Amino acid sequence: MTPLLEVRDLATRFHTLDGTVYAVNGISYTLEEGQTLGIVGESGCGKSVSVLSVMRLIPEPPGKIVAGQVIYRGQDLLTLDEAQMRQIRGKEIAMVFQDPMTSLNPVLTIGRQISEALIAHMGMSQEQARARTVELLEMVGIPQAADRYRDYPHQFSGGMRQRVMIAMALSCMPSILIADEPTTALDVTIQAQIIDLVKALRDRLGMAVIWITHDLGIIAGLAEKVIVMYAGFIVERGEVDDIYDDPRHPYTLALLKSLPRVDRSSQERLATIPGLPPDLLDLPPGCPFAPRCIYRVERCLQENPQLKPVGLHHEIACWVDVTTGREQ
Amino acid sequence: MSQYIIRRLLQAIPLLLIISLILFVLMRNTGDPLATMGGRRLTRPEDRARLARQFGLDKPIYVQYLYWLIGNDWTKIDMDGDGVPETPGIRKGVLRGEFGTSLVTRGKPVLTIIWERLPNTLLLMIITEIVIIVFSIVIGVYSALRQYSLIDHLVTTASFVGYSMPIFFVALASMYIFAVNFKKWGLPYLPTVGMFDPQVGKTPAQVALHMVLPVLSMSLVSIAGYSRFVRATMLEVMSEDYIRTARAKGLPNFIILFIHALKNASLPLVTIIGLDIPMLLGGAIVTERIFAWPGMGRLFLDHVSRADTPVVMGILMLISVAVVIFQLITDIVYAWLDPRIRYT
Repeated sequence: MTPLLEVRDLATRFHTLDGTVYAVNGISYTLEEGQTLGIVGESGCGKSVSVLSVMRLIPEPPGKIVAGQVIYRGQDLLTLDEAQMRQIRGKEIAMVFQDPMTSLNPVLTIGRQISEALIAHMGMSQEQARARTVELLEMVGIPQAADRYRDYPHQFSGGMRQRVMIAMALSCMPSILIADEPTTALDVTIQAQIIDLVKALRDRLGMAVIWITHDLGIIAGLAEKVIVMYAGFIVERGEVDDIYDDPRHPYTLALLKSLPRVDRSSQERLATIPGLPPDLLDLPPGCPFAPRCIYRVERCLQENPQLKPVGLHHEIACWVDVTTGREQ
Repeated sequence: MSQYIIRRLLQAIPLLLIISLILFVLMRNTGDPLATMGGRRLTRPEDRARLARQFGLDKPIYVQYLYWLIGNDWTKIDMDGDGVPETPGIRKGVLRGEFGTSLVTRGKPVLTIIWERLPNTLLLMIITEIVIIVFSIVIGVYSALRQYSLIDHLVTTASFVGYSMPIFFVALASMYIFAVNFKKWGLPYLPTVGMFDPQVGKTPAQVALHMVLPVLSMSLVSIAGYSRFVRATMLEVMSEDYIRTARAKGLPNFIILFIHALKNASLPLVTIIGLDIPMLLGGAIVTERIFAWPGMGRLFLDHVSRADTPVVMGILMLISVAVVIFQLITDIVYAWLDPRIRYT
């Protein structure tokens, strides 16, 4: 069976005055219908750029997708023209962004902002779109949806705005929902509500989800497959259980150790990863994580490892076997 | 909102009074209206004294202002110069809607004089402003979208050249090219003076033809400036998150541009247009002079040079009131454009 979405060797760079930023460096993954994929990594590791590249929303210039294919239902999105791409955006693949405070247009009513996608893609009339918008607002749990149709974004709280964003993304029943850190800007209690909402809607509508986060705790209960990114590379990927129960990449291990856990003593200090992610303007020749890695061997500084399987669906990009601590 | 409007209008009253006082004092100190009343000869001293008494120019300046403001029909004035006031005053004053009569064109009411010229100026200036707004938005939006493209660089260069040119130079250069040289080369050429050709009469086609060069001269400099401004605000807005959201929805480009972006980018633009419009009433002194357009700018120039206080005060107060009203309208338009702005 062909996957719903297949990303092959995607590479995106930004040509800035300071030099070329190697934001995404040849990543590949697949997504099946109805599946949820988590993309994890710290800030600036290319998570957002990789999905914005899929949507072709990278600002060009300075950005440029330099290599790869994004095959959606047998069609390479990177070869489509702008008009064809518009038919994909919002209708087939929709996106929810990180900051609901700035992602909604402040001078247009939320009713307008949701219904315009319906008018553009579904050929609805104003009245049909309006009725559907109210339904959508009710679906994402906005009270008195019909009255709030005419309200502006500033009249909503952060959590409510993110619900509006979700209603907007789901308006045309997309096959894939890309959620780019949708809960990062929200309070913890609101975060949980939004995650539950997306889960419920995903199950109800049967869509595939790509969920980007730097919080491994969120992914555990949400995704089936997980990709761990570092400096624009995929360093580990596998089923969610592989990643949490049997992490094989030193970076994933370090990330998991830095998570606070309820079953651990509160006296214990949380582990941190020393150092900073590499400068994407000037990537080292070897493994990008090598300078911070406690398992580092000589080879790590010279050659960047490719992804190779360590289990049925489990792959890592590392020269070292962390279970033994020896070079593979 | 209506409370806010009423409060703003009430606040405007003392403001306008202060403006009028300052302008009146300045105006009365810029020249002697009696100096040119003798026609070609010097005004004789006895005529000068009589005229000063007639026009009330012998009074202290605060009394003159008071008469201008509230009239002098409540008091008597000394017309024959014997030191005893005997003739009842007839002026009603600005507060009762009478702006007085011109000192230069004896006895002609100020409002009549202004009314003869205002439509000509409004026609010229409104067309110019529309040309400025349309072209600067089109050029500004285009060069923002194609930032650092060849056309953007060309437009940028042209803007700096245009912005650096004084209006009188543009006016004279355009006359030289489109009238003088076009005629010499046997091309259809444009007229340079007046509103219409007297041999043809005041037809709309004639007026439009006569407007081409003045509109071109006045709009060029402003388009150069405004289009830079539109470009800068559009660039800022186009990098906002909500534009990315709109693009992620797969909306057509013109909706993203002209609804999502331009509505946000128009706030600063409304500010400068709101300041511009009242100035339109004053006309364009230099342009109207060069192209002999019978408008407010020339009227102002003719009367200010002969210290005709009532007419000049009439023009200036008209502009002042327009400034106050258009500032208020600008604020109301803000609230309409940006729902986050609320007045209480």
